[in-house]
Amino acid sequence: MKPLRSVGIVGYGAYIPRYRLPAGEIARVWGEKGEPPVREKAVPGLDEDTLTIALEATRNALARAGIDPQEIGAVWVGSESHPYAVKPTGTIIAEAIGATPYTLAADLQFACKAGTEAIQAGIGLVASGMVKYALAVGADTAQGRPGDALEYTAAAGGAAYLLGSAEESLAVFEESLSYVTDTPDFWRRPYMHYPSHAQRFTGEPGYFHHVLSAAQALMERTGHKAEHFRHLVLHQPNAKFPERAARRLGFRPEQWKTGLLALEIGNTYAGAALLGLAAVLDEAQPDERILVVSFGSGAGSDAFILRTTEQLPARQRLATTTRAYIARRVVIDYALYARYRRKLLTE
Amino acid sequence: MGIPGTWRLRNQRLALIGEVCHTCGKKIFPPRDVCPDCAREAQHAFRFSGRGEIYSFTTVFNPPAGFEEYAPYTVALVKLEEGPIVTAQLTDVEPDQVAIGQPVEMVTRKLQDESRAGVISYGYKFRPRMSAT
Amino acid sequence: MRGVSIIGVGQTPVGEHWDRSLRHLAYEAVSAAMQDAGVEGAHAMYVGNMLSGEISNQSHLGALIADFCGLRGIEAVKIEAACGSGAAAVRMGYLAVASGVHDLIICVGVEKMTDDVGGKLTAALAQAADAEYELAHGITFVGLNALLMRRYMHEYGVRHEDFAGFSINAHANAVGNPYAMFRRPITLEDFKHADMICDPINLLDSSPMADGAAAVVLCPTEQAHAFKGKPVHIVGSALATDCLSIHDRRDPLWLQAAEDSARRAYAQAGVTPQDIDLFELHDAFTIMSALSLEACGFAERGKGWRLAAEGEIRPGGRIPICTMGGLKARGHPVGATGVYQIVEAVLQLRGEAGACQIPDARLAMAQNIGGSGATIITHILEAEE
Repeated sequence: MKPLRSVGIVGYGAYIPRYRLPAGEIARVWGEKGEPPVREKAVPGLDEDTLTIALEATRNALARAGIDPQEIGAVWVGSESHPYAVKPTGTIIAEAIGATPYTLAADLQFACKAGTEAIQAGIGLVASGMVKYALAVGADTAQGRPGDALEYTAAAGGAAYLLGSAEESLAVFEESLSYVTDTPDFWRRPYMHYPSHAQRFTGEPGYFHHVLSAAQALMERTGHKAEHFRHLVLHQPNAKFPERAARRLGFRPEQWKTGLLALEIGNTYAGAALLGLAAVLDEAQPDERILVVSFGSGAGSDAFILRTTEQLPARQRLATTTRAYIARRVVIDYALYARYRRKLLTE
Repeated sequence: MGIPGTWRLRNQRLALIGEVCHTCGKKIFPPRDVCPDCAREAQHAFRFSGRGEIYSFTTVFNPPAGFEEYAPYTVALVKLEEGPIVTAQLTDVEPDQVAIGQPVEMVTRKLQDESRAGVISYGYKFRPRMSAT
Repeated sequence: MRGVSIIGVGQTPVGEHWDRSLRHLAYEAVSAAMQDAGVEGAHAMYVGNMLSGEISNQSHLGALIADFCGLRGIEAVKIEAACGSGAAAVRMGYLAVASGVHDLIICVGVEKMTDDVGGKLTAALAQAADAEYELAHGITFVGLNALLMRRYMHEYGVRHEDFAGFSINAHANAVGNPYAMFRRPITLEDFKHADMICDPINLLDSSPMADGAAAVVLCPTEQAHAFKGKPVHIVGSALATDCLSIHDRRDPLWLQAAEDSARRAYAQAGVTPQDIDLFELHDAFTIMSALSLEACGFAERGKGWRLAAEGEIRPGGRIPICTMGGLKARGHPVGATGVYQIVEAVLQLRGEAGACQIPDARLAMAQNIGGSGATIITHILEAEE
């Protein structure tokens, strides 16, 4: 997909909570052996949730964009862990940053690709001229069932993107593509606390099929080969899946290592691909091409080709970097984790 | 605090919006409508930067009803760089790593989330400054 | 304006009165004060109380207490100014008599704190502070005082143990007061090793929550000799306010309302701090004692703690304080405390303070503080010639 008017990122921001639960703690409690899917995962504090994560990421995006929040015409937050089942996260964000009242605001849900879905919608709205800027956020405080394989990776974090005209942007969307099918690899029914998943079915029919199909189709349509990209960012439920997918797409490790954070922070769900992109933008030089492919269970992928502009370097240090959040870490044990994630029965 | 009260305070809680006195220039938080220095009306909204330093602090081990799940937590008087002092919790910091004079910055966190079925109260807290600017 | 005198006092022991309710405690104090004065009625009653609505689900104390004391029909109303409610009630009684509206007034302070425990009581007490900008952030009343104490220690280079003298003096004095809650002395070592509540405030910096009631009977000075007891005269009475929250104060470490009310009371009485023989101050926490002594002119700014460290607050010292135990050791039934202070000052000036007696006491000052300093009431009492 290519809009009639070119759209880009005018500001981006990341947020990762400071607590880390090492995989070894989970293995110790459940008596499991073998190689864990990540080294550790980011855990939110007692006073954090998807809203607070999304808001700090948004403030960082605003700091880099330097725009008037009153000119933001859409505030969209993608998450599978919105604080309310009914009542938008988006209005709280809009109020906090001073974007109210003349703005769209809504929450999106598409498992881990809710945030990139918001970007696709935002590109359309900005390109059409209906709004000057659109805010798209992907954030989650994902919960894994105690003892389930997902517990190793279900993490918290988020990233926010302010979209505007290409002329003002630090990176421009060259082309995008969305790819969805009805594939029930992972779901959560109403009133259920923890999601369910289809074990190994989440792999090939889920993650790999959608990520590879979307990436290959977009590269084919644009005539790009792997070597045309300086960076690759894939949805990262663990470290193994994106590495394997990247190899199958013909990429080399130096293209994906900057944007692959899962080993250090786990799977931040709707935040995952977007945090990877934020880490890349923190380091990238002008005129570099980036391929981003998200994945959301249920299932689908959004793929974007971005090209950084001359405006990027001056804005990289206007807010806390993704790496600074990763470096800010306080290791906790499983007991504290159980308290912070409210897994203890206190009543 | 009830829903209407929390709602009325959303600009203060979420965005640290106070007032500036157009007569004497004093920056005012919390907003109080009449300037405490020159006693003129001061109803001009002013968004504070959220940067300040610790004026004093203490750690609460015996919390009032409604705050039990967060205890122990540290509460501080924070002197904002624009002048006023605010009372607020510190977050993302161990009590023994807090000191008078320490630079801090505003973040938005959950203040209260009673029963997890009601309206969540979000508001300002402060943490050791880490922002780039 | 007429002179006002205290012709009767009464009090209950301070403590955990599991078997008595708010109204019974009030009655005990009122009845004792009426007997002391030798009166059988009154024209009006002012009830000082802070927490009845929160803890006992009972508002409307004026009518309740007046009726329960056998005074059904008289003018009666509750006066609330947080922990300053007791002295505020006395102040209202003073105004009613001084103005000539009433001739015989009962002021009773009563608090029943043990009808609830834990977090609810902590939250109720904290309502003395700003609900929107202090309480919403989880601060407690102890916490607010801890913020002041830490800043005080930082600004003036004072160690925590330098405050010990306040608590040691209060406990030593309480030994001789049969109405006191803690009638046992403490040592410097006890103080240094007490459990931390809200750093830097530990258990022995803090006054205990308790039940209690105290009452005084007021009449015009010109009529005071018609009653059976020895009258004590209110020669200074003033109430001043400051902003509710610490963060709004011009100087958080200065009790402006203490200075203002003390200055007015001194002026009205025509005395200076040097003339005061004893001072019942509001030692809810040791830091409050230091701030109060400074604001009232007994010490320079930042040096109030020295009076304790140098023993000047003990009986026989330059300015004896908390002569019957103070809030720390007599106990702090919040809305009753201000009346207890005045009752104790009266006993001292009548020479009836027993083991706690300050010899030749002629002029006593009592100061009651609401919240962290937003309402402060100062009374100066003079003994009968």
